[in-house]
Amino acid sequence: MPIRLEDYTSIVGTYVIEELRLLAEKLAGKTIQTINSTAVGGGVAEILHRLVPLLSELGVQIRWDVIRGGTAFFEATKSFHNSLQGEAGQLSEDIFKVFLETTEQNLRLIEFYGDIIFVHDPQPIALVKERYKGHAHWVWRCHIDLSNPQAQVWDFLRPFVEQYDAAVFSSANFAQPLKVKQYLIAPSIDPLSDKNKELTQEFIRDFLEKYQIDPKRPIITQISRFDHFKDPIGVIKAFRQVRPNFDCQLVLAGGEATDDPEGAQVLQEVQAEAGKDKDIHLLLLPPTADLEINALQRGSTIIIQKSLREGFGLTVTEALWKGKPVIASAVGGITLQIKHNLTGILVHSIEGTAYAIKNLLTNPEYARKLGENGREHVRQHYLLTRHLKDYLLLFLAIDRGTDGIVYL
Amino acid sequence: MQPKWHAKEGFRFYSCLHLFELTGRKARNLKELVKHLREVDDSVIFNHTHNFLIRHHYLTPQPPSAFTHWVKESLKEEWLGEQLEGINTIEFTSLKDLREKTLSTIESYIKKNRRYRIAPEGEEFFFLRSLEFVFPTPYLATNIYEFVEALRVISPNSLYFHFFTARLRLGRGTNDFSHWIETSLGEKELADRIAQLDPYMYTLEELREVLIAMLEAEIDRVLRRKR
Repeated sequence: MPIRLEDYTSIVGTYVIEELRLLAEKLAGKTIQTINSTAVGGGVAEILHRLVPLLSELGVQIRWDVIRGGTAFFEATKSFHNSLQGEAGQLSEDIFKVFLETTEQNLRLIEFYGDIIFVHDPQPIALVKERYKGHAHWVWRCHIDLSNPQAQVWDFLRPFVEQYDAAVFSSANFAQPLKVKQYLIAPSIDPLSDKNKELTQEFIRDFLEKYQIDPKRPIITQISRFDHFKDPIGVIKAFRQVRPNFDCQLVLAGGEATDDPEGAQVLQEVQAEAGKDKDIHLLLLPPTADLEINALQRGSTIIIQKSLREGFGLTVTEALWKGKPVIASAVGGITLQIKHNLTGILVHSIEGTAYAIKNLLTNPEYARKLGENGREHVRQHYLLTRHLKDYLLLFLAIDRGTDGIVYL
Repeated sequence: MQPKWHAKEGFRFYSCLHLFELTGRKARNLKELVKHLREVDDSVIFNHTHNFLIRHHYLTPQPPSAFTHWVKESLKEEWLGEQLEGINTIEFTSLKDLREKTLSTIESYIKKNRRYRIAPEGEEFFFLRSLEFVFPTPYLATNIYEFVEALRVISPNSLYFHFFTARLRLGRGTNDFSHWIETSLGEKELADRIAQLDPYMYTLEELREVLIAMLEAEIDRVLRRKR
């Protein structure tokens, strides 16, 4: 059964839903056309599958179009993606040529009709060439970390971005010097998705038993792919400083990195570091194991995210939403989500992580309070309904072209 | 029912929602903070001195303004952080004066200390402008009883609008509730007591409770006097 707006009422409160309806009324008569590069797979498609039906339910005229492209095009945009996230190395001229040729093909295929054309990420970015043929407003939504882009790719893409009316970024430090207005809209999680919905105690217990994790002893968990930037070795070292005085278990859960040579290498290192310690569980879960990840988070006593670098850190959002005390590094978007000692604990080192684990295991009431605050922080700022509200406000801001105070 | 508690004019509750615009400005140290503080518009100043109220309205104790938080947490300038905390926002009726006070506090510290701590990478202060979208809610009070009932159910955003936006951002000099209670209900003494509250010391939910308690006490007091 499709999820409806009213399904969120019990989670976020009536007034949030009422305010969404009110905002949507102010967009009456406007058409939004949203364009991205894929209908399935990936975070952008996932969020659009949720947001587009909810916007329609609110009465907003919205249509979703997807660009087409061959393997060479998507390889080109994958290299753009990596370069924009800071990967060094020059790209060949052919890559840019393929990108522009496919854009031209899509310009012929797509019918542009919206009052606001909302384009996601770099793949369809150059469609903005079309803007001079109509009166629509164009907005570019960047979902990726642009804090340290490789110059060649960014110099190529920036002139396209500057033809838009506005750009939208997920974090203040992802923004770039641009001639157009820039808005800040954080990502969100869906509290009704398999990854975040409530689960029965029985389901959680079955999951833990399946992986031979003892539900009676404290469980300390980090969920992330096996990657040096997530510092799984550091997590094991912190656990080893705790274990002599506290009877607890560590779970490191991540995807099976069969197609990622670096991931396989890191996994080997983690396996070597864990050795034969029966209190360290390494779980290889497929990326589709949303319910299992949910169960693991809900079954854990403490959740760690000891990243050395991080984008927004949605795994932290998910853990906070489950009311768990979270210990995480003060990097990237994590600092937006965790206010030290209020909604979680921020750390900078292995020693700091170990101390925080001991502190939380010794003081369950403090741990409970952090978890409670963290869940409330996510409820207020990082759920899908807030994302929906921000998009409605964005469309209103673009349509009305004002800043400061806007009377609706 | 006391006739004087019927309002000359009804009170329509408004609410507000915010969208954040990135200004492209960031500061890594106090000198840069001062430079941008001088140049940004009032929407930016209001955002960084008030956003915490909306953002953390369910937390106790409340984190301070964003400037104070950054100075203490990212620059580790504890003493200056305390001086900034000491700025009593409720004393200011214009953003211009609040900006000047913030600037003079930081500048006098810089003059005395002559050193610049640098914020770690990623912890720079990013200046954001808040776009505030204001809209009427269905709640209308034509007497003090309806006003109290509406106060129980309005969103925290509505409370924020009438108490903080109205007074400082819109430059009305006082909060909308005090204005209405004085001009439409003729209850000047009650209006003044509400205006004298320091709303920055409460979460929005606490503020709601304090206001309801004050209004109920007033109703009770007058009713007892009449008996």
